[in-house]
Amino acid sequence: MLKNVTRLFTMLSLWVSAVVFASPLGAFATEAAAASPTASADAHVWWFWPLVLLVFCFVLGVIAVLAGVGGGVLYVPLVSGFFPFHIDFVRGAGLMVALAGALAAGPGLLKRNLASLRLALPMALIASACAVVGAMLGLYLSKLDPRYVQTALGATIMGISILLLCSKNSEYPVVTKQDAISHALGIEGLYQDQATGKEFEWKTHRTFTGLLLFVVIGIMAGMFGLGAGWANIPVLNLLMGAPLKVSVATSKFLLSITDTSAAWVYMNQGAVIPLIAIPSIIGLMLGSLVGVRLLAVAKASFIRYMVIGVLFFAGFKALDKGLGLGILG
Amino acid sequence: MTKQKNVCVTPPEQMRYAIILERGAYLGILIMLITYAIYAFGILTPHVPIEVVTHSWHLGVHDYLEATNSPTGWDWVALVGTGDFINFIGLALLAVMTIICYATLILPYYRCGDYIYLSIVIAEIAVLTLAASGILGSGGH
Repeated sequence: MLKNVTRLFTMLSLWVSAVVFASPLGAFATEAAAASPTASADAHVWWFWPLVLLVFCFVLGVIAVLAGVGGGVLYVPLVSGFFPFHIDFVRGAGLMVALAGALAAGPGLLKRNLASLRLALPMALIASACAVVGAMLGLYLSKLDPRYVQTALGATIMGISILLLCSKNSEYPVVTKQDAISHALGIEGLYQDQATGKEFEWKTHRTFTGLLLFVVIGIMAGMFGLGAGWANIPVLNLLMGAPLKVSVATSKFLLSITDTSAAWVYMNQGAVIPLIAIPSIIGLMLGSLVGVRLLAVAKASFIRYMVIGVLFFAGFKALDKGLGLGILG
Repeated sequence: MTKQKNVCVTPPEQMRYAIILERGAYLGILIMLITYAIYAFGILTPHVPIEVVTHSWHLGVHDYLEATNSPTGWDWVALVGTGDFINFIGLALLAVMTIICYATLILPYYRCGDYIYLSIVIAEIAVLTLAASGILGSGGH
């Protein structure tokens, strides 16, 4: 039964990627319609796009879990490319999607003591303050010309896809000497692997560089409405030396703080439309629940490579659109 | 699991943070579902008719606000009785949960004299409250 469901979702995933790869003309037709003065004459009933969005986000939620990426990073480039919504509202909804996901996952990670509050709090302060700046900067640039944001988003998404392709996590990084900042903040702990029962003492190093990188992460999260798990994990794990599972859990918890600050800016500026945001949140959350159940039997590595391909394409499309190159149109 | 060393915030405080966050998040999502149903089924009349929203969502936020006469900042509270702005109760609850949870950390850090983390927590609350206040970038339309 579960295998049949898995097959169905693999087919759905393939279908979504086929649509994404094979329909640039359709997507551009949508964009052209959206950009044209006659866009207000949308012939669809009002619930058409919210319903399509709900189904799309459900599939996206399944795929995101199977591919091991956050929903937000897939949501913004794909929805901004293939739905008739202005990128301002897609970014606002993207932040709410990432925030809702992080809030739902955070308590479990904290209860199981997987997320480290001590590691998260200093990073979150930097990232959330910078996310506010990023959100304001993104809305300002979008007001000047949405192509600025589109171009930067495209370049960022292409960079993320390359990062996902190349990055290799380290389960238990070796940290020979804790740096002064980490020592002063007491960023250390004992990690017990539940599978083996072994305990690993961990501490971090290169904390200052990590904090500096969270400036960039915060700005990008706020500017593009992306969840920042794709950047948090490599910084916490590869740079600062936190164990992989601690990094993943702390990153998810961090998102609940970083995205909160940026989400408030978008909400206060009127860039969150419930008709777009709520079906997206519900679809992605339901999809994530199904994805978690399918994780055990799905060919996750294949889906991961497929998602990286889709991300690269979506990024290139945004870049093409932002720069007005017309390669895909 | 991670056992904290030299940490003043003991597991009970972390548990409290998690429990409050969990309850708030699920309550927010539940409220969001109910209010969206109210909106979608037209139980309450929206401030902006749904068709106007769908005909304007291709506009940038500033043009959209003008076209739909929608409020910015906390002005939506005055319209909370309308079908569309009632949805902001759930969304705002989700966004306010982190501030509430951070507030629960103040006392434990103060009690054990961990003033560095106490400062971090207070600074974070200030950042989030500033972002939530609507002061930043308000009056955009």
